[in-house]
Amino acid sequence: MKPAPFSYIRVATVEEAANALSEYTDAKLLAGGQSLIPLMNYRLSKPTVLIDLCGIEAFASVSLKDDVFTIRAGITHQSLHEHPLVRAYAPVLAECAGEVGHWAIRNRGTLGGSLAHADPASELPAAMVALDARFVLTSVRGERTVTARDFYLGLFTTDLAEDEILTRIHFFASSANRIHFAEIARRPGDFALSGAFVRVEESATEITWFGVSDMPYHLTLDALPVEEKARQALFTSLASTLEPLDQTVYRRKLAAVVAERAYLKGRRVQA
Amino acid sequence: MKTIQATQSITLNINGQTHSLDVEPRFLLSDVLRHKLGLTGTHVGCEHGVCGACTVLVDGKPERSCLVFAIQAEGSSVETIEGLSADGMTRLQRAFQEHHALQCGFCTPAFLLTATALLKQTKDPTEQDIREAISGNICRCTGYQFIVDAILAAAKGEEA
Ligand SMILES: Cc1cc2nc3c(=O)[nH]c(=O)nc-3n(C[C@H](O)[C@H](O)[C@H](O)COP(=O)(O)OP(=O)(O)OC[C@H]3O[C@@H](n4cnc5c(N)ncnc54)[C@H](O)[C@@H]3O)c2cc1C
Ligand code: FES
Ligand code: FES
Repeated sequence: MKPAPFSYIRVATVEEAANALSEYTDAKLLAGGQSLIPLMNYRLSKPTVLIDLCGIEAFASVSLKDDVFTIRAGITHQSLHEHPLVRAYAPVLAECAGEVGHWAIRNRGTLGGSLAHADPASELPAAMVALDARFVLTSVRGERTVTARDFYLGLFTTDLAEDEILTRIHFFASSANRIHFAEIARRPGDFALSGAFVRVEESATEITWFGVSDMPYHLTLDALPVEEKARQALFTSLASTLEPLDQTVYRRKLAAVVAERAYLKGRRVQA
Repeated sequence: MKTIQATQSITLNINGQTHSLDVEPRFLLSDVLRHKLGLTGTHVGCEHGVCGACTVLVDGKPERSCLVFAIQAEGSSVETIEGLSADGMTRLQRAFQEHHALQCGFCTPAFLLTATALLKQTKDPTEQDIREAISGNICRCTGYQFIVDAILAAAKGEEA
């Protein structure tokens, strides 16, 4: 239950981090440590070099300009949850950030860490898929941008190359409109058994599920039936195609329930 | 950039006191508090962030000391249960005593620190606020109700 030895490097800029990451093989980035350190305590992960991003200046900034949100990867879940701009213009993101783990976890865990870790039951990767966000990945080779929808490849698997750092996230504030969120967890702060982001437009609907597949599961449909029975039957039939990692029948049921809850939340707010 | 070495000298600010020590980077803050500084009021249960027993305040906010390397705490001020009051007990501690908010006491330091941070930022918390704030702390004895009662009483300024 103690980590294996490693060397520790604290960097002050993204450039230094990118240099260190390309210089040392078997190095890992350390952000909030709320996923990595448990793995190291169990010795499931034994990096020989840790590059600590905590000291990077202004790595937690949020800005909103001409409808584009730019959030740097180092923001903690709690700051994202409390940030006035996020609360005002992307309330669904502020809301779901408050569901990530417990207070003490949120005070340290970061957006970039959660997005890169790609736990299938995590709220934030699914939020980014629902928002159709762009991730900026930085390395000594330069920068590239990928959409959240292309970034996730499978269980704990992303398009991030070994020498890349997720540095910024962009999305349109207007895309956060009309997205609503619901999840079911055994206790507050536990990983969700199932969760959904539902976006309802007049002629189309988007659903992004998490916790019920190996990665965020996004689909686009026509308008939803307004009639309750028909709508729930549709959610149930869509959920029956999901492939949860365990408790298949139960999680599919929950997936239909959270989709309906997110939908109803939206209808209440938009009414 | 720092050169890579097996142990590094660090300076930690714990309960307002400065400590200079040599640590391996892999040493968890919880272990350094307990084994190097003798501050055994910080308890260790699970070492993967789930039980909350190791919670300390870092720059005033609750964090898991089992999920922070001591070397990362350089430059922050850390508060442990030993630093909660210089003499005697705080109002919150007296409320815990009065309301029977502990039995074995293993979880208690972390509950006290978490609740202290809550009461600092939320003067008049609802029961729901309290339950949410302490949801990351496990107590196997009390069933939580007396802990909630104690925090509510301390928030209202009720003296035993
Ligand atoms: C008790 C407990 C409950 C939790 N509950 C939830 C929950 O309900 N929902 C949830 O979503 N999460 C939960 N988490 C996990 C938490 O959200 C973590 O904060 C998050 O998964 C990882 O973020 P981090 O900053 O701590 O990253 P770290 O642990 O530091 O890093 C995680 C991984 O991402 C890599 N990484 C970090 N930052 C970057 C970056 N900028 N670019 C590229 N790679 C990077 C690291 O190298 C590492 O591989 C929980 C954790 C605990 C301990
Ligand atoms: S010992 Fe740190 S949370 Fe359990
Ligand atoms: S008093 Fe025994 S665990 Fe809480």
